[in-house]
Amino acid sequence: MVERVKDFVSRFYLALIILFLYAPIAVLIVLSFNDSRSRVVWGGFTLHWYQVLFSNRQIMEALGTTILLALLSAAIAMVIGVLAALGIQAMRQRGFQVMMMFTNIPMLNADIVTGIALMLWFVRFMPLGFTSVLLAHITFNIPYVILSVMPKIKQMNLSIYEAARDLGANAVYAFFKIMLPQLLSGIVAGFFMAFTMSMDDFVITYFTKGAGVNTLSTMIYGELKKGIKPEMYALSTLIFVTVFALLLAVNFLPKKKERPVERMERER
Amino acid sequence: MNKKKTINRRSWLSAPYVVWVVGFTVIPLLVIFQYALTSRDGVFTLANITAIFEPVHLKAMLFSLEIAVGCTIICILLSYPLVMAMRRLNMGRQGFTLFILILPMWMNFILRILAWQLILSNNGILNFLLQKIGLAPLSLANTGTAIMIGVIYDYLPYMVLPIFNAVNEIDEDIIEAAKDLGANSLTVFLKVILPLSVPGLLSGIVMVFVPSMTSFVIADVLGGGKLQLIGNVIEQEFTKSANWNMGSGLSVSLMLFVLISMAFTTKNETEGKSSTIW
Repeated sequence: MVERVKDFVSRFYLALIILFLYAPIAVLIVLSFNDSRSRVVWGGFTLHWYQVLFSNRQIMEALGTTILLALLSAAIAMVIGVLAALGIQAMRQRGFQVMMMFTNIPMLNADIVTGIALMLWFVRFMPLGFTSVLLAHITFNIPYVILSVMPKIKQMNLSIYEAARDLGANAVYAFFKIMLPQLLSGIVAGFFMAFTMSMDDFVITYFTKGAGVNTLSTMIYGELKKGIKPEMYALSTLIFVTVFALLLAVNFLPKKKERPVERMERER
Repeated sequence: MNKKKTINRRSWLSAPYVVWVVGFTVIPLLVIFQYALTSRDGVFTLANITAIFEPVHLKAMLFSLEIAVGCTIICILLSYPLVMAMRRLNMGRQGFTLFILILPMWMNFILRILAWQLILSNNGILNFLLQKIGLAPLSLANTGTAIMIGVIYDYLPYMVLPIFNAVNEIDEDIIEAAKDLGANSLTVFLKVILPLSVPGLLSGIVMVFVPSMTSFVIADVLGGGKLQLIGNVIEQEFTKSANWNMGSGLSVSLMLFVLISMAFTTKNETEGKSSTIW
């Protein structure tokens, strides 16, 4: 009986938190179907904003910039970050600690300080624009890659790599055949984390972007004062639904293909 | 000997990163210090650093601290029951709940904060619902409470995830042992789960405290422009007053304050775990 009450209370609490987290999202989704430019009056159901969305050049450009930025910065951060993690792991105690300290700086530092520091530095040798934002995003993305790859390197069995080298594989071949498969899950996690952080960033982009370049975040911020276009609600609803579907597929499909041995391992 | 040699050679792989750190982490910090320590005419001064103690700035700083500490504490208080509630679910449902908690981060955060403005405004959704059930309307719009709701909303997942991971790593046998020895649920929580989840809790504190101390968008939207956090003050030094030296000085003060308080928090953290944020 006590257990049943506890179950009920804990589920009720979960439901409350989920309500808290999803209330604003529900508001945005409802607004994307609202046939009125006002944010407070319900003017009936419409799909109009979804139709005009794709002909709004400004929004489409910002969306393109945001996605390109996220892909490029995550990919470059992934390459530099994986190499860095392999190298740092091989360093002696002192070098290791110094490098990890520098890796933690962008994560511990406030976004606003990172953004301002980068901006003050960039203006000395280059115009602010897409390139400066890209450099900034790579800078804050690399630590996410390093921190998600590092634990995998620690778990990795180096003897297999050394055996491959002893048997005549060169370093590059042995890396792709032996190391990469063992590190893959960490690399993928790091890439997606970096991608997400880049997509969601506002503050650092805001300070390093200069005029003319806009990501979705900076565009929305610019529109705050004059009023958000309802197309924006439609776009975020579409992004949300897409990500929901993708994450659902990624999280819940592969379990079917799991090999019996792995399942036994997991259930043990 | 041979092994040591290959290992030393492998550390060269981090060369591009070392260059990157110097070029885009170290030098920018030196540059911001340079601006902070000089006046507009380039003369050395400490005035920009000590400016944090001017009443206007100090007020913003204390207000930020109040928001950050309040939000961090509330996030901790919300997270532990949530994690304990999740523990009661079976594995599949746990994964799904985790997924549900992370998903909102994919909707643009400024839009989500804007949605809170619509919910909390005086003739907004919350007051409409309150009046429907016969309660008095609240006037939350443009208050510190509204800012806190926004901050807690935005950063709660960053507290829940590390605590959940830490609690999840606790060996179930330890908990069973405590129960067998006669501990009730409260004792198990206080004596076993809470102490063993401290590394996760500390990561959570860092990940919630720093951004909530320094955000300026949330205060912009939910504070109605009247309530200023230190982030808003710094932002305006750059965008409105165009006083880069003052802005840099305040940033450096903020950075030092945050780094020192975080060093204080994570001091006890065990070696090696200090780098795991998630």
